[in-house]
Amino acid sequence: MKNSVGIVQTQYIHIDEPLNLDSGKVLPQYDIAYETYGELNEDKSNAILVLHALTGDAHAAGKHNPTDKKVGWWDDMIGPDKAFDTNKYFIISSNMLGGCAGTTGPSSINPQTGREYGLDFPVITVGDAVKVQKKLVDYLGVKKLMVAGGSMGGMQALEWATTHSDMVEACIIIASTSKLSTQAIAFNAVGRNAILSDPYFNDGNYYQNEKQPERGLSIARMVGHITYLCEEAMQNKFARRFQDKDKPDFDFNIDFEVESYLEHQGKIFVNRFDANSYLYITKAVDYYDTAQCYGSLEKAFADSHAKFLVISFTSDWLFPTYQSKEIVNALVKAHKDVSFCEIKSPCGHDAFLLEFETQTKIIKSFLNKVDHIC
Amino acid sequence: MLGQSKDYGKTKGLRLNYKIISEIVNDGAKILDLGCGDGTLLKQLIDEKNVRGIGVEIDQNSVISAIEKGLSIIQGNIDAGLKEFTDKEYDWVILNQTVQSTDKPDFVIEEMLRVGKKVVVSFPNFAYWKVRFYLFFKGKMPKSKILPFEWFNTPNIHLLTINDFYEFCNKRNIKILQSVYMTRAKVRHGMLIRAISNFFTEEVIFVISR
Repeated sequence: MKNSVGIVQTQYIHIDEPLNLDSGKVLPQYDIAYETYGELNEDKSNAILVLHALTGDAHAAGKHNPTDKKVGWWDDMIGPDKAFDTNKYFIISSNMLGGCAGTTGPSSINPQTGREYGLDFPVITVGDAVKVQKKLVDYLGVKKLMVAGGSMGGMQALEWATTHSDMVEACIIIASTSKLSTQAIAFNAVGRNAILSDPYFNDGNYYQNEKQPERGLSIARMVGHITYLCEEAMQNKFARRFQDKDKPDFDFNIDFEVESYLEHQGKIFVNRFDANSYLYITKAVDYYDTAQCYGSLEKAFADSHAKFLVISFTSDWLFPTYQSKEIVNALVKAHKDVSFCEIKSPCGHDAFLLEFETQTKIIKSFLNKVDHIC
Repeated sequence: MLGQSKDYGKTKGLRLNYKIISEIVNDGAKILDLGCGDGTLLKQLIDEKNVRGIGVEIDQNSVISAIEKGLSIIQGNIDAGLKEFTDKEYDWVILNQTVQSTDKPDFVIEEMLRVGKKVVVSFPNFAYWKVRFYLFFKGKMPKSKILPFEWFNTPNIHLLTINDFYEFCNKRNIKILQSVYMTRAKVRHGMLIRAISNFFTEEVIFVISR
């Protein structure tokens, strides 16, 4: 496996102290699932925290077993000589609070009841997720770091740069925004409604049941996938082709390739994701607004001394370029060091996971510059 | 009356243009380079004059090349204005060989004067005698080393002359602080007889302010 971090393992830490949440509620204790790649240097100055998108996990690079078919979600970008070069940097990736891949979330056991939290899990925010990541970073002994993420990961990177301005040396925000558009919230609402109205949802208490709210979760994922693509990408991928046939069946089963694709995406998603987690995390994303506590985005960046890199994609209509430009403009107004590139791509929002060659060039050069100055 | 004249020998074209701008800009200044291309000039200014600077460029590949040079670059369209930049934020705002290809040169120059204490504008002089003779004798849109395009694919949609620029500045109360007239490797500073400079100059660099 050339240029791969190789076989990696997810690690876990248990934090046995309460976490005060933005909602005013308290999470008494929690676990964090994380992976690291590369070595932390002696003066602990080479750490990069990478932050996953909506349904990602701690497994960002490499494989867990040699026989695994799939590699980590950002394997194209993390590894020896890659954009996030593990020969130089110590990469940290963790599962987000509220998730379902090791870090505490609604499917975790509530120590007070001995059963899964379900909807008793407190509503969390992107800010709360960053508080948990801060615990992990402290635990690893990292005092200064760089942060990077796409989509929801970019929101967390923004949150890091603004709330821990003393720690963040560089911040890479890809296909992201300081706040979701109304349209994006609307799509999330449809996804949540699909889950909430599934006959097997049972107010979130479905973990011990034979039937799970799979249909609701898979419809949520289908809606999501439409927003991750774009008209051009869909046209290129499927056109109006029929699935395994030349003519329609004149019924309501799957006719078109695009239907089959969405159905497939929905199906494989329910095997790896929890319906309650989807509710909590989409809600956290909807609530997020970097500027809210500061009055303006420009003021939010006031204390930051980080160097910023912002990347957007031409065909991304879920996190459109104008939202990246808002971040860039606020940074310029706040007299911060910022570079911005809008990458031409027909891949829609998904481009941030696909257009890795161009991103690699940009991110490598940006990190080199940061190294020079630090 | 002619100003100082200097021959730069083998340094011609863009390299000469960069050299002159590097001589104009003061050490350690804060610079905004508009239409910065792949960032060659900005990099030179950082290396030679220790300036702090940022570039704005519309073309993705140029932006990436500039970032690869270690520069801070924002991809953007200067015709949309410089809203994100505050008044008099930069010591120098540079628009090098680009004014003639902007959609709204008047608006762009006004915006530059707003955010910069001093503004550098350079452009090919369309009243250069060779350009005039090309049109006069060939009856075709002039082409040359610095005007290499055909009429149908040229980005230079607002070509102008030295006289045009003087008139423009006059009408808008823009001060011309410095003018550098370049023809091949010959460079004249502050030539006073405008009709002559307008005839003999291939390319000009103005420093203006308000």
